[in-house]
Amino acid sequence: MSIWEYANPKKFMQTSSWALPWVSGLAVVLLAVGLVWGFFFTPEDYKQGSTVKIIYLHVPSAMMAVSAWFMMLAGSLIWLIRRHHVSALAAKAAAPVGLTFTVIGLVTGAIWGQPMWGTWWAWDPRLTSFLILGLFYLGYIALWAAVEDADTAADLTSVLCIVGSVFAFLSRYAVLFWNQGLHQGASLSVDSEQHVSDIYAFPLWTCIAGFVVLFVTLVLLRTRTEIRSRRIRALMARERAGA
Amino acid sequence: MMPDLGKYAGTVLTAYGAAIALLVVLVAVTLWQGARTKRQLAEIEGRLAKGD
Repeated sequence: MSIWEYANPKKFMQTSSWALPWVSGLAVVLLAVGLVWGFFFTPEDYKQGSTVKIIYLHVPSAMMAVSAWFMMLAGSLIWLIRRHHVSALAAKAAAPVGLTFTVIGLVTGAIWGQPMWGTWWAWDPRLTSFLILGLFYLGYIALWAAVEDADTAADLTSVLCIVGSVFAFLSRYAVLFWNQGLHQGASLSVDSEQHVSDIYAFPLWTCIAGFVVLFVTLVLLRTRTEIRSRRIRALMARERAGA
Repeated sequence: MMPDLGKYAGTVLTAYGAAIALLVVLVAVTLWQGARTKRQLAEIEGRLAKGD
């Protein structure tokens, strides 16, 4: 069995139909456990007080906003190289999800930053590249909507996705080599001295897993919708040709 | 049951409220678009099947 079998829309619809109840159920359980654990059963931080609880939404959403773009990059490259429609449609399906995660990251970051840094916003390398990534998401979605021919739209958005990957990369790694910002480095790291305490890390890992599985669920659902929309367009064209 | 959030209660609750509202809207729109498209496809396929 090859992974390319799933490039067949029919095979993708069959497999996703079987998988969706499991992944959606898992997403609900992981998010419920992680958020309830983090919100109700973790102590205040000695420096940040109760605002530390925002970490359970801010970190997973920001992490997934960047990861969603890399998933779209993979889908775009597969489209450009192998011309599999499902990969282009999966990239298209992921964009609104990634945009929403970006907005959640920006909003929760601003709300958290105001009491901790004394400002809602700073032109910090990580924050700025993350904002530009959000604008790339908007441009990507607008470009899909603006081009009528689906294959041309897939080609153009794939190129835009490759260009935007620079900002996805900067959003994740700018803090490591651009030491002039307010934003701290990774909160979760195997070798970091600044690794958050386990009392915060365990619910955080659960929330991150919940966001990952939620992303998978939503992309599967939205890709199924895109495949059906494509079939509707094809059938309507056939109907018009036959009329 | 509600934890004591101290002087940052407004900050924490605003962040949770905004994030959860955005997630709920995203899930609702995804499900709504999916159901609408499925219905439209069934209608067109039914129409074409009658026409054949």
